[in-house]
Amino acid sequence: MSAPMLQFFSKRFCSKCFKIAQSQRVPSIFKFAEQTKMTTTPKISRHFHVSAGPLRHGDYEYKDPKSEDEVVNITYIDRNGVKKPVKGKVGDNLMYLAHRYDIELEGACEASLACSTCHVYVHNNYFDKLQEPEEEEEDMLDMAVFLKENSRLGCQIILSKELEGLEVTLPQATRNFYVDGHVPQPH
Amino acid sequence: MLFILPRLCRQHLRSYVQSHIRQLTTGQPNVCIVGAGPAGFYTAQQILKGNPNAVVDIYEKLPVPFGLVRYGVAPDHPEVKNVINTFTQTASKDRCTFIGNVTIGKDISIADLQKAYSAVVLSYGADNDRLLGVPGENLKNVISARSFVGWYNGLPQDIDLQVNLDVEKAVIIGHGNVALDVARILLMPIDLLKKTDISQHSLDALSKSRIKEVIVIGRRGPLQVAFTIKELREMIRLPDCKPVLSQADFIGVDKLIQDLPRPRRRLTELMYKTCMEPTDKDVKLWKTAQKSWSLSFCMSPLEIFGDKDVTGLKLGINKLQGEDLVKQSAILTDQTVDMSCGLVLRSIGYKSIVIDPDIPFDTKSGTIPNKDSRVEGKPGMYCTGWVSTGPVGVILTTMNQAFETGKTVVKDINDGILDLTKPGKSDIFNILNSKGVQTVSFKDWENIDQFEVKQGEDVGKPREKMVDISQMVSVAKKS
Repeated sequence: MSAPMLQFFSKRFCSKCFKIAQSQRVPSIFKFAEQTKMTTTPKISRHFHVSAGPLRHGDYEYKDPKSEDEVVNITYIDRNGVKKPVKGKVGDNLMYLAHRYDIELEGACEASLACSTCHVYVHNNYFDKLQEPEEEEEDMLDMAVFLKENSRLGCQIILSKELEGLEVTLPQATRNFYVDGHVPQPH
Repeated sequence: MLFILPRLCRQHLRSYVQSHIRQLTTGQPNVCIVGAGPAGFYTAQQILKGNPNAVVDIYEKLPVPFGLVRYGVAPDHPEVKNVINTFTQTASKDRCTFIGNVTIGKDISIADLQKAYSAVVLSYGADNDRLLGVPGENLKNVISARSFVGWYNGLPQDIDLQVNLDVEKAVIIGHGNVALDVARILLMPIDLLKKTDISQHSLDALSKSRIKEVIVIGRRGPLQVAFTIKELREMIRLPDCKPVLSQADFIGVDKLIQDLPRPRRRLTELMYKTCMEPTDKDVKLWKTAQKSWSLSFCMSPLEIFGDKDVTGLKLGINKLQGEDLVKQSAILTDQTVDMSCGLVLRSIGYKSIVIDPDIPFDTKSGTIPNKDSRVEGKPGMYCTGWVSTGPVGVILTTMNQAFETGKTVVKDINDGILDLTKPGKSDIFNILNSKGVQTVSFKDWENIDQFEVKQGEDVGKPREKMVDISQMVSVAKKS
C-alpha cells in the first residue's frame, strides 16, 4: 500500500489516533478527505458565543497558517500519555487550538480566567519563555487538581516563534474530587 | 509504519466494531439524566462523545436549563457563565434532548425512567440547606444563604423571600464561597449591580438597603477557611468597603505560611497581608470607605435573639485542636460573646433531598451512596455532581467527576452490562401526555433566552430573567 493510501485508510478507520498527524501530512490531492471529514463531523459552530473579555472565541485558531513563517509546531501529550503533534501558528491560543484538533482540553469559561479547566503542564525548557502569569491566572491555578511548578492555564498561552517545539502535558484524569487535598487510595 | 498503524488502530477499531455489532443485535443505548445543571450536561457530553450511538435525554424540573450556572453563580460573575456555550453545544446535538418542566418523583417516577432507559443518571444537585439547630433560627430575617442566592438570581421558588434590608448590620455564618458571594452582593455599589443580570425585585430591594457592616463568621480559624482566593480578593477590592481583620487572629501565622500547600499558602498570605501589611494604596482606599466587612474566626452560634425580628446572637468561642494545622477541628469553650445584628444569613452548606423513594439515600451525609458513580444496589442507576459528593468544589471539580461518570456509563454500555433494549423517551412522553404535562424543549428554551435578553436590553442588563414558571412556559411555546 502506498503511503498516501495508507494515510487515507488510516484516516477513514482510525480518525481518533491519527487525526492530528494526518492534518499535517495529507497531500493536497487528499484534501477532499479532510473536507469530507469536516462535513461529516462538523466542528461546533461558535456563533452563539456571547461572552465578555478579550476573546476571539477560537475562530482564529481554525484558520490554517498562511505561510511557513507563521508555523509553530507544538505537541500535546494527552491524559493517556499519547503525543499529539499539532501545527499551530503565531498568535494561536493553546486552548482553542486544542479544541480544533479534538484534544481533550476543556475551556469552560472561554479564556476569561474564571475556571481552571484548561490546566496544562508546560515542558521545563519552555516554561520560562512564557509570559509571567497574571494574578488572576495564579488564583485560578490554585483551584487546579494536581498543581505543579510548571502548571499554566492553556488559554493564557499564545503561540510565538519562540515556542517552536513546545510540549504541553494534560494533567491525569482524576478521581480526586476533594478540595481539601484528600487523595483517595488507588484501586 | 505498517506495523505501528494496526497496533494503534486496534483498540479503537475493536470498540467501534463491537459497539456497532451490539447496536445491530440489541438496540440503542438510551440514557437519561435527571437535572440539567453542570454535572448533568458534562455527563451527557462525555456519554455522547464516548458512544456514537448513545441517545441522551436530560430531564429538568424547571422550564430552563443550566441549574446553578443560572441560579447559583453570582450575577457579577458573568465570565463563569460562559460554560453555558459548551452546554448549548451539547444540547444542540441530534442525540441529545432537553426535556424541561418535568419533575421526576412527581410527574415521572424513577421506576418509570428505569423501565424506559438503559441507564438513569441522577445529577439533581443539593437543593436543601443545612440548619444551625440553635434556638431562634426561625425568627424573621434569619435566612438561608441558599434562598438568598436564589432570590437575587431569580429562582422561582425563592422570589418571595422576605428579606428586610432596612438594618445596618448583617451576620453571615459560614466561611465558604457562598458566604462571600452573599456578602459581596450586600455590600456592592448598586451602580455595579445594575449592569448585571441580577433580578429586578432584588435590585430594587438592594438599592434601598441600609446595610453598612457585614460580619462573616466561621467556627474555625484562618487556615481552615473554605472560600477561594478569587472571592477573597474581590472582597478586599470591593469599592467603598473596608475589610476588617483582627491582628490577634494572625499573630504567628506568617511563620506557618511557607509550609502550606500552594493554594492554602496564597490564600492565607492574602489574608495575612491584608491584615498585617496592607499596601499604601489599599489603606488610602479604605480610609474613605463608608461600609465594612469583617472576617471573624473560631465562633459558633449558640442562640439567635429577637422578639419577632432578629436582634442579635450569642456566639460560643471555639479553640482549635489537631496536629494537622489545616484540618484542625473546632472545640467549643465555655466563653461566649453577644453580637447585635438585624439580619442573619446561614451559609453552612447544602444537602440533597430524596426525590423518589426508589433512590437509596444516606440522610446523614445528604448524598446518594455510590461507588465510582454507580448507585449501590441499583444496576443501571448512576449519580454524579453534588447529589453524589455533597456540595463541595468549583466547576472544575464537578466537570472532572461528571466526565468520570460519563466514562463509567459508556464502559458499562460497551461491557454489555446494561439492557439496551429499552425504548427510551417515547414511553415517558406517553405518560407526560396522559398527565397533561407541558414539556419545554431546548428550542423552546431558546425562545425564553431571547425573550430574557430582549427584556434585559431595555434596562441595560445582559438579561432580565423571568421568574414566573407559567410565563416561562407560555413564552417558550410562542414560536
